[in-house]
Amino acid sequence: MADKTVQLAHGAGGKLSHELMEGLILPAFSNAALDVLHDGARLTDLSGRLAFTTDSYVVQPRFFPGGNIGKLAVCGTVNDLAMTGAVPRYISCGLILEEGLPFAELTEILQTMKRMAEEAGISIVTGDTKVVEHGKADGLYINTAGIGELIEGTNIDPRSVKPGMKVLLSGTLGDHAATVLAGRHGLSLPEDIKTDCAPLAAMVQGILAAAPHTACLRDPTRGGVAAVLNEIAESAQVGIRIEEDAIPVRPAVQGVCDMLGFDPLTLANEGKCIAFVPAEEAEAALAAMKESPYGQEACILGETTEEAPGTVALETAIGGLRIVDMPLGAIVPRIC
Amino acid sequence: MTRPEERELASRLVAEIRRMAAEYGRPLRFMEVCGTHTVSIFRAGIRPMLPESVALVSGPGCPVCVTPDDYMDKAIAYAGRDDVILTTFGDMLKVPGSSSSLAEAKAAGADIRIVYSPMDSIAVAQANPEKKVVFLAVGFETTAPTAAATVLAAKQAGLTNLYMLSAHKLVPPALRALLTDPDVQVDGFLLPGHVSVVTGTEVFSFVAEEYQVPGVVTGFSAIQILRAIYRLLQMKCAGEARIVNEYESVVTAEGSPVALRTLGEVYESADAAWRGIGVIPKSGLRMREAYASYDIERAVPIDVPEGIPAAKKGCRCGEVLRGIIEPPSCPLFGKACVPTHAVGPCMVSVEGVCAAWHKYGQGRFSYGG
Amino acid sequence: MCLAVPAQVLEIEGAIGRVSLSGVTREISMMLLPEAKVGDFVLVHAGFAMQLVSEKEAEETDALLAEMNGAPRTVGDLSGTVSAMEAAGAR
Repeated sequence: MADKTVQLAHGAGGKLSHELMEGLILPAFSNAALDVLHDGARLTDLSGRLAFTTDSYVVQPRFFPGGNIGKLAVCGTVNDLAMTGAVPRYISCGLILEEGLPFAELTEILQTMKRMAEEAGISIVTGDTKVVEHGKADGLYINTAGIGELIEGTNIDPRSVKPGMKVLLSGTLGDHAATVLAGRHGLSLPEDIKTDCAPLAAMVQGILAAAPHTACLRDPTRGGVAAVLNEIAESAQVGIRIEEDAIPVRPAVQGVCDMLGFDPLTLANEGKCIAFVPAEEAEAALAAMKESPYGQEACILGETTEEAPGTVALETAIGGLRIVDMPLGAIVPRIC
Repeated sequence: MTRPEERELASRLVAEIRRMAAEYGRPLRFMEVCGTHTVSIFRAGIRPMLPESVALVSGPGCPVCVTPDDYMDKAIAYAGRDDVILTTFGDMLKVPGSSSSLAEAKAAGADIRIVYSPMDSIAVAQANPEKKVVFLAVGFETTAPTAAATVLAAKQAGLTNLYMLSAHKLVPPALRALLTDPDVQVDGFLLPGHVSVVTGTEVFSFVAEEYQVPGVVTGFSAIQILRAIYRLLQMKCAGEARIVNEYESVVTAEGSPVALRTLGEVYESADAAWRGIGVIPKSGLRMREAYASYDIERAVPIDVPEGIPAAKKGCRCGEVLRGIIEPPSCPLFGKACVPTHAVGPCMVSVEGVCAAWHKYGQGRFSYGG
Repeated sequence: MCLAVPAQVLEIEGAIGRVSLSGVTREISMMLLPEAKVGDFVLVHAGFAMQLVSEKEAEETDALLAEMNGAPRTVGDLSGTVSAMEAAGAR
């Protein structure tokens, strides 16, 4: 099977589809709900208030230092659930495969998904596989949807953010985007720089236990911290003020930014969390972040203010003040 | 320098700037002629630290902004050909032509590739021998030698399918045009540090000698910019007009001989059109006859119909580029013209003056007057 | 215009060099700076080494610090900008 590739027939529902399912997918994801191989998974042990989310993954390249598209697909959905204040329970896996994708690659991606699901304590209980013609899907696309149970006593809502709260960040910025973008533009990174992609459910449960009045949690993926802060400032109608000196960025990530003209505040992260916490619970929340292996460099980034509602301001290293605006979209290298 | 030391130094520089501005007694307008300076000034939050009587205005220093519509129209027309792969710096992607942009052309199926270096075009040309690879060669004296070197490298490699669509511009002739424009009032220049790496500082001496306007060549950190403003004020207070080099780690009086020689081998100066300013004599670069086969306009001429600039009615980029008005004075600023739907190029380029105002200030701060 | 960064030359082979900035490396062209040697710091723009970076930066800063020594520090606070923020919020 070493040099086998995905064929159109693997998605046609016949013998080859069955082979793909039995040979690759089931061995990777096997669990009681999935193994029934029914049209859908029957989830009989959920209770209380639920959270539900979905996301699609199309990253290029499919493999990058520290991870692959499968790791993103599980962690991304786990984290989206976690940010609502939920304990993630079940996710789905929709695969859109391009004809010609090596089985070896697909196997590695599925194995990564399995490992991440195990770490996050969730099961992949339903899914779908389609195959499209060569040249139509960059290898593969993945969609995952997830269900989680909301943690009792929490109420995560951007509109709960009030002036005077602390803004916490669970670690360094831009590791994921720098890792993916560097390769595209001929840059080689030192070995310790890799995607920060990680499941944050356990960290979030720690934060919510330590700081039950946490108002809002967000993972700064596309658009980075700049986008998240602007969205919260807008919906909560508070000002947000952060300090340039507090922003944690690894030197090599800053190096990528300097070379290609990027701003770390706008770069995507896949294993970071921003928390808006009442000042009196901020230290406890920070300690909880630091207890997680993914929160070692957690910090207090700034605070919310009554002044300038809807605006994100940054106090610069030399003591100036400027606006941090919503990023514009596609991140491309610039020379000027 | 540690961060606290840097902050301490910044506050002392600002204190001195305020003291001297008060001593000078009249309002001052300093112009930065480099888009990277424009962005650095906003990013460091320098404007609100300055006294009201010291205004920083931005000049025509963003290569994307000064590139006229018809160049973009040509680029879009070449990109639309099936036998062409266009390579470009990311900066150019969203610049509007008279009715479209490269981003729109790309969405419509044109093969447009973003490169970090002009040299990256060579690999694209080698990998696609059946295609014509056209590099959008824009930029000032810093960037032009890199395009020239790429042409020389292509020649050496025997490549016959790599071309330039050139719109390089030269800074000193633009400064002269500004200095002779009665509408433009500038009391001092922050001179472009990385252009000066190539040109040296001598080429700017006419600014002080002929027009009695001081200038400081400086780098791009917040401290370097504050230091340049401080030096300009020192000269104003002393009644002096000199060109001072405060970026000696990379800038010399004579510049880079190899870069200048490479530039001169491939290019010769020619009249060039600047958006908002018009044609400035000898302010652009044209490929020499010996390299005409690398000039896409001569090798594969293309007819581009005159654009219909009606949609741009009211756009005052031209005055913004000359530092005559500040962006909020344009009736389109922040309304019909925003970064996601830019009308004028000053809004589209990351380092465009309007984009910088919008991104870092939105006109909501009362920046220094 | 013109984004350029200082980086250290790790290796040179013909007209191609490899430079490092904070451990991030890239292949660049040495065509415009043939005199550069391994170990030198060079200014990199658009994939080209443009100029050697000398130690002058530190000297310039030291000279400025000496010049500023004793200069008053009267505007260390942000009062001006904070009121501008408040004005912005009020609008």
